[in-house]
Amino acid sequence: MTTVEARGLGKRYRKFVAVDDVSFTLEPGRTTALVGQSGSGKSTIAKLLLQLERPTSGQILVDGEPVARRGAAAAAYRRTVQMVFQDPYASLNPFHSVGHHLERPVRLHHRELTGPQVRERVLHLLERVRLTPAEEVARRRPHELSGGQRQRVAIARALAPEPGILIADEPVSMLDVSIRLGVLNLLADLQREEQLAVLYITHDLATARHFSDDILVMYQGRIVERGPADDVIINPRHEYTKLLAEAAPNPERRIKNLQP
Amino acid sequence: MSAARVRGLPPMTAKLAAGLLIGGFVVLFGLLGPLVVQDPSRVDDIGLTGPGSGHWLGTTQTGQDVLAQLAYATRGSLTVGAIVGVLTLLLSAFFGIVGAYAGGWVDEAFSLFTNVMLVIPGLPLVIVISSYVPDKSLLLVSLVLSLTGWAGSARVLRGYTLSLRNRDYVLASRVAGERRWRILGVEILPNLIPLLASQVVFAVIFAILGEAGLSYLGLGASGSFTWGTMLYYAQNGLALRLGAWWWFIPPGLLLALFGAALSLVNFSIDEIINPKLRNQTRAARRGWRMSRAQLEKAKEATL
Repeated sequence: MTTVEARGLGKRYRKFVAVDDVSFTLEPGRTTALVGQSGSGKSTIAKLLLQLERPTSGQILVDGEPVARRGAAAAAYRRTVQMVFQDPYASLNPFHSVGHHLERPVRLHHRELTGPQVRERVLHLLERVRLTPAEEVARRRPHELSGGQRQRVAIARALAPEPGILIADEPVSMLDVSIRLGVLNLLADLQREEQLAVLYITHDLATARHFSDDILVMYQGRIVERGPADDVIINPRHEYTKLLAEAAPNPERRIKNLQP
Repeated sequence: MSAARVRGLPPMTAKLAAGLLIGGFVVLFGLLGPLVVQDPSRVDDIGLTGPGSGHWLGTTQTGQDVLAQLAYATRGSLTVGAIVGVLTLLLSAFFGIVGAYAGGWVDEAFSLFTNVMLVIPGLPLVIVISSYVPDKSLLLVSLVLSLTGWAGSARVLRGYTLSLRNRDYVLASRVAGERRWRILGVEILPNLIPLLASQVVFAVIFAILGEAGLSYLGLGASGSFTWGTMLYYAQNGLALRLGAWWWFIPPGLLLALFGAALSLVNFSIDEIINPKLRNQTRAARRGWRMSRAQLEKAKEATL
Protein backbone atom coordinates (compact mmCIF):
# COMPACT_ATOMS: atom_id res chain seq x y z
CA MET A 1 0.00 0.00 0.00
CA THR A 2 1.70 3.12 -1.16
CA THR A 3 0.52 6.62 -1.75
CA VAL A 4 2.39 8.89 -4.10
CA GLU A 5 1.85 12.59 -4.01
CA ALA A 6 3.01 15.21 -6.48
CA ARG A 7 3.28 18.61 -4.87
CA GLY A 8 3.66 21.72 -7.01
CA LEU A 9 5.45 19.72 -9.70
CA GLY A 10 7.00 21.75 -12.52
CA LYS A 11 9.26 21.02 -15.46
CA ARG A 12 10.68 23.51 -17.89
CA TYR A 13 12.94 22.79 -20.85
CA ARG A 14 14.92 26.03 -21.18
CA LYS A 15 12.13 28.57 -21.73
CA PHE A 16 9.38 26.09 -22.54
CA VAL A 17 7.18 25.23 -19.58
CA ALA A 18 6.05 21.61 -20.02
CA VAL A 19 4.45 21.15 -16.61
CA ASP A 20 3.47 23.98 -14.32
CA ASP A 21 2.57 23.63 -10.65
CA VAL A 22 0.79 20.29 -10.79
CA SER A 23 -0.38 18.62 -7.59
CA PHE A 24 -2.25 15.36 -7.18
CA THR A 25 -2.30 12.22 -5.09
CA LEU A 26 -2.39 8.61 -6.25
CA GLU A 27 -4.03 6.36 -3.66
CA PRO A 28 -4.18 2.56 -3.48
CA GLY A 29 -7.22 1.10 -5.19
CA ARG A 30 -8.08 4.29 -7.05
CA THR A 31 -7.65 5.04 -10.72
CA THR A 32 -6.89 8.60 -11.67
CA ALA A 33 -7.23 9.58 -15.30
CA LEU A 34 -5.01 12.29 -16.71
CA VAL A 35 -6.72 13.73 -19.76
CA GLY A 36 -5.39 16.29 -22.18
CA GLN A 37 -4.38 16.94 -25.74
CA SER A 38 -1.04 16.03 -27.25
CA GLY A 39 1.74 18.21 -25.87
CA SER A 40 -0.22 19.21 -22.78
CA GLY A 41 2.39 17.66 -20.49
CA LYS A 42 0.78 14.31 -19.70
CA SER A 43 3.75 12.20 -20.66
CA THR A 44 6.16 14.60 -18.95
CA ILE A 45 4.30 13.98 -15.70
CA ALA A 46 4.76 10.24 -16.25
CA LYS A 47 8.48 10.74 -16.81
CA LEU A 48 8.77 12.89 -13.70
CA LEU A 49 6.99 10.28 -11.59
CA LEU A 50 9.25 7.56 -12.99
CA GLN A 51 12.38 9.61 -12.26
CA LEU A 52 13.35 9.54 -15.90
CA GLU A 53 13.38 13.34 -15.75
CA ARG A 54 14.20 15.66 -12.85
CA PRO A 55 11.51 18.14 -11.87
CA THR A 56 12.62 21.77 -11.98
CA SER A 57 10.29 22.68 -9.14
CA GLY A 58 8.09 20.94 -6.61
CA GLN A 59 8.59 17.45 -5.28
CA ILE A 60 7.31 13.91 -5.30
CA LEU A 61 6.43 12.31 -1.97
CA VAL A 62 6.05 8.61 -1.26
CA ASP A 63 3.97 8.02 1.87
CA GLY A 64 4.83 11.58 2.91
CA GLU A 65 8.58 11.18 2.41
CA PRO A 66 10.46 12.97 -0.42
CA VAL A 67 11.82 10.63 -3.06
CA ALA A 68 15.52 9.72 -2.95
CA ARG A 69 17.50 9.90 -6.16
CA ARG A 70 20.23 7.43 -5.19
CA GLY A 71 20.93 4.38 -3.10
CA ALA A 72 18.61 1.81 -1.59
CA ALA A 73 15.70 4.22 -1.24
CA ALA A 74 15.84 5.02 -4.96
CA ALA A 75 15.81 1.29 -5.76
CA ALA A 76 12.79 0.85 -3.50
CA TYR A 77 11.07 3.67 -5.37
CA ARG A 78 11.78 1.90 -8.67
CA ARG A 79 9.95 -1.09 -7.31
CA THR A 80 7.03 1.05 -6.17
CA VAL A 81 6.29 2.90 -9.39
CA GLN A 82 6.05 1.03 -12.68
CA MET A 83 4.83 1.95 -16.12
CA VAL A 84 3.09 0.53 -19.14
CA PHE A 85 4.31 2.35 -22.23
CA GLN A 86 2.18 3.62 -25.06
CA ASP A 87 3.66 1.75 -27.98
CA PRO A 88 3.96 -2.02 -27.48
CA TYR A 89 5.94 -2.24 -30.71
CA ALA A 90 8.69 -0.05 -29.26
CA SER A 91 8.66 -0.99 -25.60
CA LEU A 92 9.89 -4.57 -26.05
CA ASN A 93 13.47 -5.23 -27.12
CA PRO A 94 13.35 -7.08 -30.47
CA PHE A 95 16.50 -9.00 -29.58
CA HIS A 96 15.24 -10.64 -26.40
CA SER A 97 12.60 -13.25 -25.66
CA VAL A 98 9.43 -12.48 -23.74
CA GLY A 99 10.84 -14.47 -20.83
CA HIS A 100 13.88 -12.20 -20.62
CA HIS A 101 11.67 -9.11 -20.36
CA LEU A 102 9.93 -10.51 -17.31
CA GLU A 103 12.88 -12.27 -15.71
CA ARG A 104 15.00 -9.16 -15.34
CA PRO A 105 12.63 -7.09 -13.18
CA VAL A 106 11.79 -10.17 -11.09
CA ARG A 107 15.48 -10.84 -10.49
CA LEU A 108 16.33 -7.20 -9.84
CA HIS A 109 13.71 -6.72 -7.19
CA HIS A 110 13.71 -10.17 -5.61
CA ARG A 111 17.37 -11.05 -5.38
CA GLU A 112 16.70 -13.88 -2.94
CA LEU A 113 14.87 -16.00 -5.52
CA THR A 114 16.59 -18.99 -7.14
CA GLY A 115 16.50 -19.72 -10.86
CA PRO A 116 13.51 -22.08 -10.84
CA GLN A 117 11.58 -19.75 -8.53
CA VAL A 118 12.16 -16.83 -10.92
CA ARG A 119 11.02 -19.02 -13.79
CA GLU A 120 7.88 -19.99 -11.94
CA ARG A 121 7.10 -16.37 -11.19
CA VAL A 122 7.58 -15.39 -14.84
CA LEU A 123 5.15 -18.08 -15.97
CA HIS A 124 2.70 -17.01 -13.28
CA LEU A 125 2.89 -13.41 -14.49
CA LEU A 126 2.18 -14.49 -18.05
CA GLU A 127 -0.83 -16.46 -16.90
CA ARG A 128 -2.11 -13.49 -14.96
CA VAL A 129 -2.16 -11.36 -18.12
CA ARG A 130 -3.92 -14.27 -19.88
CA LEU A 131 -1.03 -15.21 -22.13
CA THR A 132 -1.23 -18.98 -22.28
CA PRO A 133 0.41 -21.42 -22.72
CA ALA A 134 2.87 -19.42 -20.66
CA GLU A 135 5.88 -21.67 -21.36
CA GLU A 136 5.53 -21.21 -25.08
CA VAL A 137 4.90 -17.46 -24.91
CA ALA A 138 7.99 -16.99 -22.71
CA ARG A 139 10.13 -18.54 -25.42
CA ARG A 140 8.82 -16.27 -28.16
CA ARG A 141 10.30 -13.01 -29.36
CA PRO A 142 8.26 -9.80 -29.49
CA HIS A 143 7.93 -9.81 -33.29
CA GLU A 144 6.07 -13.11 -33.09
CA LEU A 145 3.30 -11.56 -30.99
CA SER A 146 0.39 -9.31 -31.93
CA GLY A 147 0.06 -5.77 -30.61
CA GLY A 148 -2.40 -6.79 -27.92
CA GLN A 149 -0.22 -9.68 -26.80
CA ARG A 150 2.81 -7.39 -26.66
CA GLN A 151 0.92 -4.91 -24.52
CA ARG A 152 -0.01 -7.74 -22.16
CA VAL A 153 3.67 -8.63 -21.90
CA ALA A 154 4.39 -4.97 -21.10
CA ILE A 155 1.72 -5.06 -18.40
CA ALA A 156 3.21 -8.25 -16.96
CA ARG A 157 6.63 -6.60 -16.94
CA ALA A 158 5.25 -3.62 -15.06
CA LEU A 159 3.68 -5.95 -12.49
CA ALA A 160 6.84 -8.05 -12.07
CA PRO A 161 8.40 -5.94 -9.26
CA GLU A 162 5.01 -5.96 -7.46
CA PRO A 163 4.54 -2.20 -7.59
CA GLY A 164 2.07 -0.09 -5.65
CA ILE A 165 1.65 2.52 -8.36
CA LEU A 166 1.07 1.79 -12.04
CA ILE A 167 1.34 4.47 -14.67
CA ALA A 168 -0.36 3.59 -17.94
CA ASP A 169 0.59 6.07 -20.66
CA GLU A 170 -2.11 5.74 -23.33
CA PRO A 171 -1.86 1.95 -23.05
CA VAL A 172 -4.36 1.20 -25.80
CA SER A 173 -3.95 4.04 -28.27
CA MET A 174 -1.67 1.96 -30.53
CA LEU A 175 -3.88 -1.12 -30.42
CA ASP A 176 -6.69 -2.32 -32.63
CA VAL A 177 -10.04 -0.92 -31.59
CA SER A 178 -11.35 -4.47 -31.20
CA ILE A 179 -8.88 -5.43 -28.48
CA ARG A 180 -8.69 -2.16 -26.58
CA LEU A 181 -11.47 -3.05 -24.21
CA GLY A 182 -9.88 -6.39 -23.38
CA VAL A 183 -6.58 -4.77 -22.39
CA LEU A 184 -8.35 -2.08 -20.36
CA ASN A 185 -10.49 -4.65 -18.56
CA LEU A 186 -7.37 -6.65 -17.79
CA LEU A 187 -5.75 -3.56 -16.29
CA ALA A 188 -8.86 -2.89 -14.22
CA ASP A 189 -8.98 -6.49 -12.95
CA LEU A 190 -5.32 -6.45 -11.98
CA GLN A 191 -5.79 -3.15 -10.24
CA ARG A 192 -8.64 -4.52 -8.17
CA GLU A 193 -6.70 -7.67 -7.26
CA GLU A 194 -3.55 -5.81 -6.23
CA GLN A 195 -5.14 -2.65 -4.86
CA LEU A 196 -2.90 -0.64 -7.21
CA ALA A 197 -2.96 3.09 -7.54
CA VAL A 198 -3.26 3.68 -11.27
CA LEU A 199 -2.53 6.84 -13.23
CA TYR A 200 -4.31 6.36 -16.54
CA ILE A 201 -3.01 8.82 -19.10
CA THR A 202 -5.28 9.19 -22.11
CA HIS A 203 -7.11 11.57 -24.37
CA ASP A 204 -10.12 9.34 -24.64
CA LEU A 205 -12.78 10.77 -22.33
CA ALA A 206 -15.10 7.80 -22.70
CA THR A 207 -12.63 5.23 -21.34
CA ALA A 208 -11.40 7.73 -18.76
CA ARG A 209 -14.93 8.03 -17.41
CA HIS A 210 -15.54 4.31 -17.51
CA PHE A 211 -12.33 3.13 -15.89
CA SER A 212 -11.34 5.84 -13.45
CA ASP A 213 -12.55 7.31 -10.21
CA ASP A 214 -11.09 10.77 -10.66
CA ILE A 215 -10.24 12.79 -13.72
CA LEU A 216 -7.59 15.46 -14.03
CA VAL A 217 -7.80 17.59 -17.15
CA MET A 218 -4.55 19.09 -18.35
CA TYR A 219 -4.21 22.00 -20.69
CA GLN A 220 -0.87 23.59 -21.61
CA GLY A 221 0.98 22.13 -18.66
CA ARG A 222 -1.60 23.01 -16.01
CA ILE A 223 -4.39 21.05 -14.44
CA VAL A 224 -7.44 23.05 -15.39
CA GLU A 225 -10.11 20.83 -13.96
CA ARG A 226 -10.32 17.96 -11.50
CA GLY A 227 -12.92 15.95 -9.72
CA PRO A 228 -14.83 12.67 -9.67
CA ALA A 229 -15.08 11.18 -13.15
CA ASP A 230 -18.81 11.60 -13.74
CA ASP A 231 -18.82 15.19 -12.48
CA VAL A 232 -16.08 16.27 -14.81
CA ILE A 233 -17.73 14.69 -17.84
CA ILE A 234 -21.32 15.69 -17.15
CA ASN A 235 -20.71 19.19 -15.81
CA PRO A 236 -17.50 20.38 -17.46
CA ARG A 237 -16.57 23.83 -16.25
CA HIS A 238 -13.40 24.66 -18.14
CA GLU A 239 -13.63 25.59 -21.82
CA TYR A 240 -11.19 22.89 -22.86
CA THR A 241 -13.06 20.15 -21.00
CA LYS A 242 -16.28 21.24 -22.68
CA LEU A 243 -14.54 21.02 -26.03
CA LEU A 244 -13.31 17.53 -25.21
CA ALA A 245 -16.75 16.39 -24.10
CA GLU A 246 -18.27 17.83 -27.28
CA ALA A 247 -15.73 16.07 -29.45
CA ALA A 248 -16.43 12.64 -27.99
CA PRO A 249 -19.00 10.72 -30.03
CA ASN A 250 -22.32 10.69 -28.22
CA PRO A 251 -24.87 8.35 -29.81
CA GLU A 252 -27.77 9.62 -27.67
CA ARG A 253 -27.26 13.21 -28.75
CA ARG A 254 -26.90 12.11 -32.34
CA ILE A 255 -30.13 10.14 -32.29
CA LYS A 256 -31.90 13.06 -30.69
CA ASN A 257 -30.71 15.32 -33.49
CA LEU A 258 -31.86 12.86 -36.14
CA GLN A 259 -35.39 12.57 -34.82
CA PRO A 260 -37.15 15.88 -35.27
CA MET B 1 10.39 -18.53 -39.35
CA SER B 2 13.65 -20.48 -39.28
CA ALA B 3 16.03 -20.57 -36.34
CA ALA B 4 18.70 -18.67 -38.27
CA ARG B 5 16.46 -15.66 -38.82
CA VAL B 6 15.41 -15.55 -35.21
CA ARG B 7 18.98 -15.49 -33.96
CA GLY B 8 19.72 -12.55 -36.23
CA LEU B 9 21.98 -14.34 -38.69
CA PRO B 10 21.68 -13.19 -42.27
CA PRO B 11 19.68 -15.50 -44.54
CA MET B 12 21.89 -17.64 -46.78
CA THR B 13 21.45 -15.88 -50.11
CA ALA B 14 23.48 -16.49 -53.25
CA LYS B 15 25.29 -13.23 -52.52
CA LEU B 16 26.33 -14.27 -49.05
CA ALA B 17 27.27 -17.78 -50.14
CA ALA B 18 29.48 -16.48 -52.95
CA GLY B 19 31.12 -13.96 -50.64
CA LEU B 20 31.83 -16.50 -47.94
CA LEU B 21 33.12 -19.04 -50.44
CA ILE B 22 35.58 -16.71 -52.19
CA GLY B 23 36.62 -15.08 -48.92
CA GLY B 24 37.05 -18.48 -47.30
CA PHE B 25 39.33 -19.69 -50.13
CA VAL B 26 41.53 -16.61 -49.89
CA VAL B 27 41.77 -16.89 -46.10
CA LEU B 28 42.61 -20.60 -46.32
CA PHE B 29 45.28 -19.87 -48.91
CA GLY B 30 46.75 -17.21 -46.65
CA LEU B 31 46.71 -19.51 -43.63
CA LEU B 32 47.95 -22.75 -45.18
CA GLY B 33 49.84 -21.53 -48.26
CA PRO B 34 52.98 -20.32 -46.46
CA LEU B 35 53.33 -23.73 -44.81
CA VAL B 36 53.78 -25.62 -48.08
CA VAL B 37 55.52 -23.24 -50.48
CA GLN B 38 59.26 -22.57 -50.72
CA ASP B 39 61.04 -19.57 -49.25
CA PRO B 40 59.58 -16.54 -51.08
CA SER B 41 62.88 -14.63 -50.95
CA ARG B 42 65.08 -17.39 -52.38
CA VAL B 43 66.85 -16.08 -55.44
CA ASP B 44 67.38 -18.34 -58.42
CA ASP B 45 69.47 -17.76 -61.50
CA ILE B 46 66.67 -18.72 -63.91
CA GLY B 47 65.49 -15.10 -63.96
CA LEU B 48 62.07 -14.10 -65.24
CA THR B 49 60.29 -17.26 -66.40
CA GLY B 50 56.65 -17.90 -67.12
CA PRO B 51 54.44 -20.43 -65.35
CA GLY B 52 55.55 -24.00 -65.80
CA SER B 53 56.67 -27.08 -63.95
CA GLY B 54 58.59 -26.29 -60.79
CA HIS B 55 57.18 -22.77 -60.58
CA TRP B 56 53.41 -22.91 -61.09
CA LEU B 57 53.06 -19.18 -61.29
CA GLY B 58 56.47 -18.49 -62.77
CA THR B 59 59.24 -16.46 -61.19
CA THR B 60 60.13 -12.83 -60.75
CA GLN B 61 63.05 -11.02 -62.31
CA THR B 62 65.39 -12.42 -59.67
CA GLY B 63 64.00 -15.94 -59.96
CA GLN B 64 61.85 -15.85 -56.82
CA ASP B 65 58.81 -18.10 -56.91
CA VAL B 66 55.64 -16.02 -57.48
CA LEU B 67 53.36 -18.61 -55.88
CA ALA B 68 55.42 -18.58 -52.70
CA GLN B 69 55.41 -14.81 -52.67
CA LEU B 70 51.68 -14.80 -53.26
CA ALA B 71 51.05 -17.10 -50.31
CA TYR B 72 53.12 -14.96 -47.95
CA ALA B 73 51.61 -11.77 -49.39
CA THR B 74 48.10 -13.09 -48.79
CA ARG B 75 49.01 -13.78 -45.19
CA GLY B 76 50.52 -10.31 -44.82
CA SER B 77 47.55 -8.50 -46.31
CA LEU B 78 45.07 -10.52 -44.25
CA THR B 79 47.07 -9.78 -41.09
CA VAL B 80 46.80 -6.07 -41.79
CA GLY B 81 43.06 -6.50 -42.43
CA ALA B 82 42.55 -8.44 -39.20
CA ILE B 83 44.51 -6.04 -36.99
CA VAL B 84 42.80 -3.00 -38.45
CA GLY B 85 39.40 -4.71 -38.21
CA VAL B 86 39.82 -5.42 -34.50
CA LEU B 87 41.29 -2.02 -33.67
CA THR B 88 38.59 -0.20 -35.64
CA LEU B 89 35.93 -2.20 -33.86
CA LEU B 90 37.32 -1.32 -30.44
CA LEU B 91 38.00 2.34 -31.18
CA SER B 92 34.75 3.07 -32.99
CA ALA B 93 32.66 1.16 -30.46
CA PHE B 94 34.27 2.99 -27.58
CA PHE B 95 34.08 6.48 -29.01
CA GLY B 96 30.81 6.02 -30.88
CA ILE B 97 28.63 3.86 -28.64
CA VAL B 98 29.91 4.77 -25.18
CA GLY B 99 29.97 8.47 -26.02
CA ALA B 100 26.45 8.50 -27.39
CA TYR B 101 25.13 6.43 -24.51
CA ALA B 102 26.80 8.51 -21.79
CA GLY B 103 25.56 11.77 -23.34
CA GLY B 104 26.38 15.22 -21.99
CA TRP B 105 29.94 16.49 -22.06
CA VAL B 106 31.37 12.99 -22.62
CA ASP B 107 29.43 12.76 -25.87
CA GLU B 108 30.51 16.28 -26.82
CA ALA B 109 34.17 15.51 -26.17
CA PHE B 110 34.14 12.12 -27.90
CA SER B 111 32.24 13.54 -30.84
CA LEU B 112 34.71 16.41 -31.22
CA PHE B 113 37.64 13.98 -31.05
CA THR B 114 35.98 11.73 -33.64
CA ASN B 115 35.46 14.67 -35.98
CA VAL B 116 39.09 15.73 -35.61
CA MET B 117 40.28 12.19 -36.37
CA LEU B 118 37.92 12.02 -39.32
CA VAL B 119 39.65 14.83 -41.16
CA ILE B 120 43.24 13.67 -40.52
CA PRO B 121 44.31 12.37 -43.92
CA GLY B 122 45.89 8.93 -43.80
CA LEU B 123 48.38 9.20 -46.63
CA PRO B 124 50.26 12.33 -45.52
CA LEU B 125 50.32 10.96 -41.96
CA VAL B 126 51.98 7.78 -43.15
CA ILE B 127 54.48 9.75 -45.23
CA VAL B 128 55.35 11.81 -42.16
CA ILE B 129 55.67 8.70 -40.01
CA SER B 130 57.77 6.89 -42.62
CA SER B 131 60.23 9.76 -42.66
CA TYR B 132 60.70 9.40 -38.90
CA VAL B 133 60.65 5.59 -38.65
CA PRO B 134 63.09 4.01 -41.06
CA ASP B 135 62.06 0.45 -40.31
CA LYS B 136 58.29 0.19 -40.42
CA SER B 137 56.71 -3.08 -39.35
CA LEU B 138 53.39 -4.45 -40.57
CA LEU B 139 51.98 -3.65 -37.14
CA LEU B 140 52.92 0.02 -37.40
CA VAL B 141 51.29 0.35 -40.80
CA SER B 142 48.16 -1.34 -39.43
CA LEU B 143 48.14 1.01 -36.43
CA VAL B 144 48.32 4.06 -38.66
CA LEU B 145 45.59 2.71 -40.93
CA SER B 146 43.26 2.00 -38.01
CA LEU B 147 43.98 5.36 -36.38
CA THR B 148 42.97 7.15 -39.56
CA GLY B 149 40.10 4.79 -40.37
CA TRP B 150 37.95 4.33 -37.27
CA ALA B 151 36.33 7.74 -37.13
CA GLY B 152 33.79 7.16 -39.90
CA SER B 153 32.46 4.02 -38.23
CA ALA B 154 32.33 5.79 -34.88
CA ARG B 155 30.05 8.44 -36.33
CA VAL B 156 27.72 5.88 -37.86
CA LEU B 157 27.58 3.98 -34.57
CA ARG B 158 27.01 7.17 -32.59
CA GLY B 159 24.05 8.13 -34.72
CA TYR B 160 22.43 4.73 -34.34
CA THR B 161 23.12 4.53 -30.61
CA LEU B 162 21.56 7.96 -30.12
CA SER B 163 18.38 6.63 -31.65
CA LEU B 164 18.51 3.38 -29.66
CA ARG B 165 19.11 4.92 -26.27
CA ASN B 166 15.78 6.72 -26.32
CA ARG B 167 13.75 3.73 -27.47
CA ASP B 168 10.95 2.78 -25.13
CA TYR B 169 12.49 -0.57 -24.27
CA VAL B 170 15.62 1.14 -22.98
CA LEU B 171 13.49 3.48 -20.87
CA ALA B 172 11.52 0.45 -19.70
CA SER B 173 14.64 -1.28 -18.46
CA ARG B 174 15.67 1.92 -16.67
CA VAL B 175 12.25 1.94 -15.03
CA ALA B 176 12.78 -1.70 -14.09
CA GLY B 177 15.93 -0.61 -12.26
CA GLU B 178 18.65 -2.03 -14.52
CA ARG B 179 22.15 -0.68 -14.04
CA ARG B 180 23.47 1.63 -16.73
CA TRP B 181 26.27 -0.64 -17.97
CA ARG B 182 23.88 -3.57 -18.16
CA ILE B 183 21.43 -1.59 -20.25
CA LEU B 184 24.26 -0.76 -22.63
CA GLY B 185 25.61 -4.31 -22.80
CA VAL B 186 22.40 -6.33 -22.80
CA GLU B 187 19.68 -4.09 -24.19
CA ILE B 188 21.50 -1.82 -26.64
CA LEU B 189 24.61 -3.67 -27.86
CA PRO B 190 22.85 -6.76 -29.30
CA ASN B 191 20.78 -4.47 -31.51
CA LEU B 192 23.98 -2.90 -32.81
CA ILE B 193 25.62 -6.20 -33.83
CA PRO B 194 24.60 -6.11 -37.53
CA LEU B 195 25.83 -2.54 -37.80
CA LEU B 196 29.10 -3.38 -36.01
CA ALA B 197 29.65 -6.38 -38.27
CA SER B 198 29.13 -4.34 -41.41
CA GLN B 199 31.43 -1.59 -40.14
CA VAL B 200 34.17 -4.13 -39.37
CA VAL B 201 33.90 -5.78 -42.77
CA PHE B 202 34.09 -2.36 -44.35
CA ALA B 203 37.13 -1.50 -42.23
CA VAL B 204 38.90 -4.69 -43.32
CA ILE B 205 38.33 -3.89 -47.01
CA PHE B 206 39.51 -0.34 -46.43
CA ALA B 207 42.61 -1.52 -44.59
CA ILE B 208 43.68 -4.08 -47.19
CA LEU B 209 43.15 -1.68 -50.07
CA GLY B 210 44.80 1.14 -48.12
CA GLU B 211 47.82 -0.98 -47.28
CA ALA B 212 48.10 -2.07 -50.90
CA GLY B 213 48.00 1.56 -51.97
CA LEU B 214 50.69 2.57 -49.49
CA SER B 215 52.93 -0.34 -50.40
CA TYR B 216 52.50 0.35 -54.08
CA LEU B 217 53.78 3.86 -53.45
CA GLY B 218 56.72 2.38 -51.55
CA LEU B 219 55.42 3.62 -48.18
CA GLY B 220 54.41 0.21 -46.82
CA ALA B 221 55.99 -2.03 -44.26
CA SER B 222 59.60 -2.78 -45.02
CA GLY B 223 60.76 -6.36 -45.45
CA SER B 224 57.33 -7.98 -45.47
CA PHE B 225 55.15 -9.45 -48.18
CA THR B 226 51.72 -8.08 -48.99
CA TRP B 227 49.73 -7.85 -52.20
CA GLY B 228 50.74 -4.21 -52.36
CA THR B 229 54.49 -4.91 -52.11
CA MET B 230 54.22 -7.57 -54.80
CA LEU B 231 52.61 -5.05 -57.12
CA TYR B 232 55.27 -2.51 -56.15
CA TYR B 233 58.13 -4.88 -57.07
CA ALA B 234 56.35 -5.95 -60.22
CA GLN B 235 56.04 -2.30 -61.22
CA ASN B 236 59.71 -1.67 -60.39
CA GLY B 237 60.72 -4.78 -62.32
CA LEU B 238 58.91 -3.49 -65.42
CA ALA B 239 56.66 -6.55 -65.36
CA LEU B 240 54.07 -4.89 -67.56
CA ARG B 241 56.54 -3.85 -70.25
CA LEU B 242 58.20 -7.27 -70.23
CA GLY B 243 54.79 -8.96 -70.55
CA ALA B 244 55.27 -10.85 -67.26
CA TRP B 245 51.54 -11.07 -66.54
CA TRP B 246 52.10 -13.91 -64.02
CA TRP B 247 53.87 -11.45 -61.75
CA PHE B 248 51.23 -8.75 -61.33
CA ILE B 249 47.94 -10.44 -62.20
CA PRO B 250 47.81 -12.93 -59.27
CA PRO B 251 48.18 -10.35 -56.47
CA GLY B 252 45.89 -7.91 -58.26
CA LEU B 253 43.31 -10.58 -58.85
CA LEU B 254 43.36 -11.80 -55.25
CA LEU B 255 43.06 -8.20 -54.04
CA ALA B 256 40.02 -7.64 -56.23
CA LEU B 257 38.48 -11.02 -55.39
CA PHE B 258 38.85 -10.59 -51.64
CA GLY B 259 37.49 -7.05 -51.76
CA ALA B 260 34.52 -8.26 -53.79
CA ALA B 261 33.92 -11.19 -51.42
CA LEU B 262 33.85 -8.94 -48.35
CA SER B 263 31.58 -6.48 -50.16
CA LEU B 264 29.16 -9.30 -50.94
CA VAL B 265 29.14 -10.31 -47.26
CA ASN B 266 28.59 -6.68 -46.35
CA PHE B 267 25.62 -6.37 -48.70
CA SER B 268 24.00 -9.33 -46.97
CA ILE B 269 24.52 -7.75 -43.57
CA ASP B 270 23.14 -4.46 -44.85
CA GLU B 271 19.99 -6.28 -45.86
CA ILE B 272 19.36 -7.18 -42.22
CA ILE B 273 19.78 -3.61 -41.08
CA ASN B 274 17.66 -2.26 -43.89
CA PRO B 275 15.16 -4.88 -45.10
CA LYS B 276 14.03 -2.52 -47.85
CA LEU B 277 17.24 -3.32 -49.73
CA ARG B 278 16.12 -6.94 -49.95
CA ASN B 279 13.26 -6.11 -52.35
CA GLN B 280 15.37 -3.89 -54.50
CA THR B 281 17.58 -6.55 -56.03
CA ARG B 282 16.97 -7.41 -59.64
CA ALA B 283 16.01 -10.96 -58.69
CA ALA B 284 13.28 -9.69 -56.39
CA ARG B 285 11.99 -7.26 -58.96
CA ARG B 286 11.69 -10.03 -61.52
CA GLY B 287 9.12 -11.58 -59.19
CA TRP B 288 6.87 -8.56 -59.62
CA ARG B 289 6.53 -9.07 -63.37
CA MET B 290 3.30 -10.36 -64.80
CA SER B 291 3.29 -13.98 -65.82
CA ARG B 292 2.82 -14.85 -69.48
CA ALA B 293 -0.82 -15.72 -68.89
CA GLN B 294 -1.47 -12.45 -67.09
CA LEU B 295 0.20 -10.55 -69.91
CA GLU B 296 -2.01 -12.25 -72.49
CA LYS B 297 -5.08 -11.34 -70.49
CA ALA B 298 -4.00 -7.74 -70.10
CA LYS B 299 -3.39 -7.50 -73.83
CA GLU B 300 -6.79 -8.91 -74.62
CA ALA B 301 -8.41 -6.50 -72.22
CA THR B 302 -6.87 -3.51 -74.00
CA LEU B 303 -7.82 -4.70 -77.48
